[in-house]
Amino acid sequence: MRINCPYCGMRDVAEFTYLGAADLKRPDPSAADAQQAFFEYAYLRDNPAGPFAELWYHGGGCRSWLRVVRDTRTHETLSAALEASAEPGAEDG
Amino acid sequence: MAKQPFRLKQGGIVDRSKTLRFKFDGRGYLGYQGDTLASALLANGVKLVGRSFKYHRPRGIYTAGPEEPNALVELRSGARLEPNTKATTVELFDGLEAASQNRWPSLKFDLLSINSLFSPFFGAGFYYKTFMWPASFWERVYEPLIRRSAGLGRASLQPDPDHYEKAFAHCDVLVIGSGPAGLMAALAAGRAGARVILAEEDFRFGGRLLYETLSIGWEAGLDWVNDVISELETLDNVRLMPRTTVYGVYDGGTYGAVERVNDAAQVPHAHIPRQRSWRILAKRAVLASGAIERGIAFPGNDLPGVMLGSAVRTYLTRFGVAPGKRAVVFASCDDGVETARVLAANGVEVAALVDTRKGIAPDAEAPWPVFAGAVVERAEGGRTLRGVAIRDSSGARLDIACDLLAICNGWNPLLHLTTHLGGRPVWDESLQAFTPGTLPQGTSVAGAAAGHLSLSESLSDGARLGAEAAQHLGFDAVTVELPAADEKKRTQSDSLWRVGASKSFAFVDLQNDVTTKDIELAKREGFGASEHVKRYTTLGMGTDQGKTANVVALGVLSELTARAIPDLGLPGFRPPYAPITWGAFAGHHRGQDFRPKRLPPSHVWAIENGAVFAEAGPWLRAQWYQRPDELSWQESVSREAAAVRRSVGVCDVSTLGKIDIQGPDAAAFLDRVYVNKFSTLKVGRARYGLMLREDGFAMDDGTTSRLGEQHFILTTTTANAGKVMQHLELCRQVLWPELNLRLVSVSDQWAQYSIAGPRARDVLAKFVDAPFNISNEGFPRMAAADLTICGGVRARLFRVSYSGELAYEIAVPSRYGDAAIRALMQAGAEFDITPYGTEALNVLRIEKGHVAGPEINGQNTARDLGLGGMVADKDCIGRVLAGRPALLESERPIFIGVRPLDASAQLAAGAHFIPNDASAVAANDEGYVTSVAFSPELGHDIGLGFLKRGQQRIGEHVRAVDLLRGADVECVICSPVFVDAEGERQRG
Amino acid sequence: MSIAVGAEGHNVSMRYSGLAILANGLTGNRNWTEVWRKPEPKPSYDVVIVGGGGHGLATAYYLAKNYGVTNVAVLEKSYLGSGNVGRNTTIVRSNYLLPDNIAFYERSMQLWEGLAQELNYNTMVSQRGILNIVHSDAQRNAYVRRGNAMRLSGVDAELLTRGQVRDYLPYADFDNARFPIRGALMQKRAGTVRHDAVAWGYARGADSRGVDIIEHCGATGFRIEQGVIRGVETNRGFIGAKKVGLAVAGSTSRVAAFAGLKLPIEAHVIQAFVTEGIKPLIDHVVTFGAGHFYVSQSDKGGLVFGGDIDGYNSYAQRGNLPVVEDVTEGGLALFPNLGRLRVLRSWAGLLDMTMDGSPIFDKTGIEGLYLNCGWCYGGFKATPASGEAFAHLIAKDGPSDLIKPFRLDRYARGAVLDEKGMGAQTNLH
Repeated sequence: MRINCPYCGMRDVAEFTYLGAADLKRPDPSAADAQQAFFEYAYLRDNPAGPFAELWYHGGGCRSWLRVVRDTRTHETLSAALEASAEPGAEDG
Repeated sequence: MAKQPFRLKQGGIVDRSKTLRFKFDGRGYLGYQGDTLASALLANGVKLVGRSFKYHRPRGIYTAGPEEPNALVELRSGARLEPNTKATTVELFDGLEAASQNRWPSLKFDLLSINSLFSPFFGAGFYYKTFMWPASFWERVYEPLIRRSAGLGRASLQPDPDHYEKAFAHCDVLVIGSGPAGLMAALAAGRAGARVILAEEDFRFGGRLLYETLSIGWEAGLDWVNDVISELETLDNVRLMPRTTVYGVYDGGTYGAVERVNDAAQVPHAHIPRQRSWRILAKRAVLASGAIERGIAFPGNDLPGVMLGSAVRTYLTRFGVAPGKRAVVFASCDDGVETARVLAANGVEVAALVDTRKGIAPDAEAPWPVFAGAVVERAEGGRTLRGVAIRDSSGARLDIACDLLAICNGWNPLLHLTTHLGGRPVWDESLQAFTPGTLPQGTSVAGAAAGHLSLSESLSDGARLGAEAAQHLGFDAVTVELPAADEKKRTQSDSLWRVGASKSFAFVDLQNDVTTKDIELAKREGFGASEHVKRYTTLGMGTDQGKTANVVALGVLSELTARAIPDLGLPGFRPPYAPITWGAFAGHHRGQDFRPKRLPPSHVWAIENGAVFAEAGPWLRAQWYQRPDELSWQESVSREAAAVRRSVGVCDVSTLGKIDIQGPDAAAFLDRVYVNKFSTLKVGRARYGLMLREDGFAMDDGTTSRLGEQHFILTTTTANAGKVMQHLELCRQVLWPELNLRLVSVSDQWAQYSIAGPRARDVLAKFVDAPFNISNEGFPRMAAADLTICGGVRARLFRVSYSGELAYEIAVPSRYGDAAIRALMQAGAEFDITPYGTEALNVLRIEKGHVAGPEINGQNTARDLGLGGMVADKDCIGRVLAGRPALLESERPIFIGVRPLDASAQLAAGAHFIPNDASAVAANDEGYVTSVAFSPELGHDIGLGFLKRGQQRIGEHVRAVDLLRGADVECVICSPVFVDAEGERQRG
Repeated sequence: MSIAVGAEGHNVSMRYSGLAILANGLTGNRNWTEVWRKPEPKPSYDVVIVGGGGHGLATAYYLAKNYGVTNVAVLEKSYLGSGNVGRNTTIVRSNYLLPDNIAFYERSMQLWEGLAQELNYNTMVSQRGILNIVHSDAQRNAYVRRGNAMRLSGVDAELLTRGQVRDYLPYADFDNARFPIRGALMQKRAGTVRHDAVAWGYARGADSRGVDIIEHCGATGFRIEQGVIRGVETNRGFIGAKKVGLAVAGSTSRVAAFAGLKLPIEAHVIQAFVTEGIKPLIDHVVTFGAGHFYVSQSDKGGLVFGGDIDGYNSYAQRGNLPVVEDVTEGGLALFPNLGRLRVLRSWAGLLDMTMDGSPIFDKTGIEGLYLNCGWCYGGFKATPASGEAFAHLIAKDGPSDLIKPFRLDRYARGAVLDEKGMGAQTNLH
């Protein structure tokens, strides 16, 4: 399996570390149901058979967290992009 | 040494000027360069080469390639012993030694051949129905017997002395196989300019052209092969890889291959690996792996002397060896005539051509008797074939004497690689064979592998698909002229899978001794699905992976069940396509090179000073420094720990992870990843921090220092350096991209030493450059600073203490690491500065009750660790889930200290706490000991651990029970801080 | 549509023995009968088990045997035993750290110990012992804690010195290892079991008690009315059921999604390998402590070995080269004499990896729908106890004490069963 890192190009999967589902939205810790929300956030998984947006860390390269869309039935990588779309501080030069 | 009685006077592509000596079962023989072990054995008239798996029946050479089920030998000896080696794939070399296997006492007389007499009781799956009484006999009697009689060759007990390596290759077009289709594909893609790799399993290029007497264009097939190879050799963009087996297809255009670089020698040449494991990354692939001939199940079809027709032609044409003197050809297709022709042309008497097809017109010209619509009913013989019984079209039976039977029953495309990514083959009714179905992305299949069996089809397939692959990648089209090929379209067979029903053995899988009766029994017992047949009878599970057996078995099963072959289940294959050496997979990652070694900056100095090292993850760290007069490690460790408490010690702590954090939001970020606050930390100060995982359990700890308003340096434990970096990057990039900061790991950039003990300041005072004020007031506890030392070397100083003594950590750029330890030792000489290793470090931290790896083991929360008070009233990773009800239960074991009631008693890490008067059972288990050390300060063992309601039980007595080592020690529960409870020493 | 079924649907199963083999052998082996029937599905059953692997078949067997519930169907989407029961490395053991896991897997060990006799089917239970090799002091301490936890629970465990390990495994690397062997934790009662025989033996036992095993019948949905299960939609039509049990580890998320359940599970792929057959070499199960590698030798002679999961969500039932290399490197680091053996086959199974690495048994919010899933690496060795406990859960509509700790709510409560302390990340367990 190979992943096309936006910084480093097509690289072998051995350079990457896998986390799981992308689109992490950490719940509001001050909400009344925070514990239930955090439980769902930390523990429950869609686990789809098919295209799946997931997080890969390019530890053997640029150390970017990538949002990779991959088909879990075929291992085909459909896209790979930087997860950090906003780059705060970039405008400061 | 014998001559080669079965070597033909001429012919073959062996080099008759290079005679090679070899031994089989201790007897010496001669062969030629270019032989395989199998062809050389046949040249010497050796037909019996092994014994079968279950019935120990005599077996010979059945094929001429990697599909060989029978001719398995132990190659070489001693540390280089290679069991189960297929004689048909071994390139002969001078001095080769091989031995038959799975026989006792000898190959000719094998006692266990008696097993065949009991075959009615040894049918498929018989072992599931018996060996159950008495129950204890299974393991004591039956299983050991079965194990001993099973298996084939023996493994060496010595380390493999040879070297293996791994390599990557990238190409545009990977061509697998160098028969007519593969060569044309390589030529077409190569001429177009694509980067081509041509991988061939054999040690010679040419595929079937090596043994078929076909012409291409105006020349002989073999000359055409040589011409094409010569041209490919001139192309810089083409890489030729003979002796290279492509064994697997993986995701993303990754192909696994093994090259036998230096295998045809007794001992590989120095500095050359025996085998090389390739990961080939190909944009396109053309599979031109050809096809494998299949057998027919009939009684006696396993006798030495029974051989596939293609193998017979190979031995005659490629190797110049006659595999017999008088042959019968048993065919269901046109290959029969060709085989008879080649036999006769080479002077082997053809006693009969038995063709199952009724329709074929007997060739009046044929100089051999032809029996159309006839079958070979059985083969007869003892240790080798003596004759066959045939049943002609009229139903009459004839016995024909022969010592060679060639079977031509059509071809199975070698399509393994097309199924590795989940594709399934399709059944081709006209071919009566499976052909490739869904292909891996970017792969095409050419020639016989696609079921296109004729030479002209192979050539045109190859030319077209090679060009297409290159064009697809943007290379200009190049026309490759198609040479004329004289071969007619070859007919595939009638489907003939078995002959008759008889009481004798009719083998389907020759290696695993699976007979038609086994398949019948499996079907009768409900194991009628193809996967069930395989699992129940072990069909196809041998070292030949059923290459000649699987489709025949499906054919037999189809007849028994009256179901069409494709309805029985489509075959799929998994890597490796052929057995691959374990050593090749592992490459050089073995022995000391199994994993890289990381060495801290003081390593060389530590060796000079008697350090004994221990593995700490990838690191080698000094465990203690052995002095000549010290008899035990305990003595050294206690001396080092005592020296720190008495005067001063130095320890390399460079292995700690160091992460440099900068940016306007750096402080806010740290507040979110640590349970405690860092936004309140003043510039020039350090603070101990604890971070949790989001599930509320402790993840790592360490000190973080603020070097500027927007600049922090965070330390992690040695073990978690990578993990914490990854976690922090996740937090920064994914969770809180709005925070403005950057992280960089500087673990390798800084060498860091801990200088601890009452005289630490005195040592460092000699070290720091003026005007740095290192006095207690100028640089108090938990101070941190950038400074220079030794006259201008940039450094960082932190006044942090793990030992509880007055202590500093000084960091210098890594390149000064070695110089720094030497300078520190020199500066400290007057204070008897003592280097200490990880063991003394551990003693000191246990004496101070600091948690470390054994306590922060992923199963404890901040509260469990006694650090609940650190959790500030703010959000941080893990805070919410740490509040789950089960994690707040009063019964959860809490961090405590423990000492033996009897000061001379020894504590053991891993012991469990049991109340004094309770029995040692799980219901009374109250916790466990995590860390133990002998405290030189206190003169007895001390320990840390977790105990239910621990903090309320200070002073109570419990037992630390170590059932594994028979220890049961009464202990006193105490505070985890054993030394200087008020923390006065580090303030001084 | 009328469906023809035998009077009771029962199969008159012949008793297996050496004598039966002798008698049948002398009469041409013509009288052996089907090990299990191939019935058409009935319109409805008291209990339908989805999943004809080890756990599903064992559940059906114990439902019939322990609770007299025989109007049961086991639905298998492919051929019987096509899932993980035939795709594992056949190891059975109860050498766990946490008391709840120890108790559960020890129950399984006890059932393994009598299984061949219980089923009258030789499952080849071979208690050849497992050695977990120790390479550092810290690792030894952790294993001592584990071994003592086992002993406190009445399970056998021994701590071996380096010298003792050498006696067991003289050909291991004692001289040039990157991570030296310093000892081992051993459980002598652990071992291996012939995996296919477990599926076939339970199938035979369940079938002979009247259970219908229906192959090539995949669930495509559930019929749920007012929060109560009514049956299973399949590719062979609707099959009514008063109770439905899921035993489809590897596919749990997909099947549970039919009922709208979202679980703390990810599907991962694990590869395993076997070498060509050789004469007896490794007489035990051995795990390498400084990498991902474990091995045992099958009775047929092949070295069966495996290592870590590939590490990414997958339903593909195949893995990739980095893990192949990682596993084989670990093998040679431990046993440098294996370099010239050849790897014959690889295969892959799909694991339900849970967020704490331990399995899940529970009722669901849907009345009559029961879960058995999340087996991570431990599914095969759990088969008998899992079947027994799941049968109890279904028959009694509630968990036995043994499996109460494995309920779903443990994650929300914080009562996780995290053997390795890896936290809520499946691929680290």
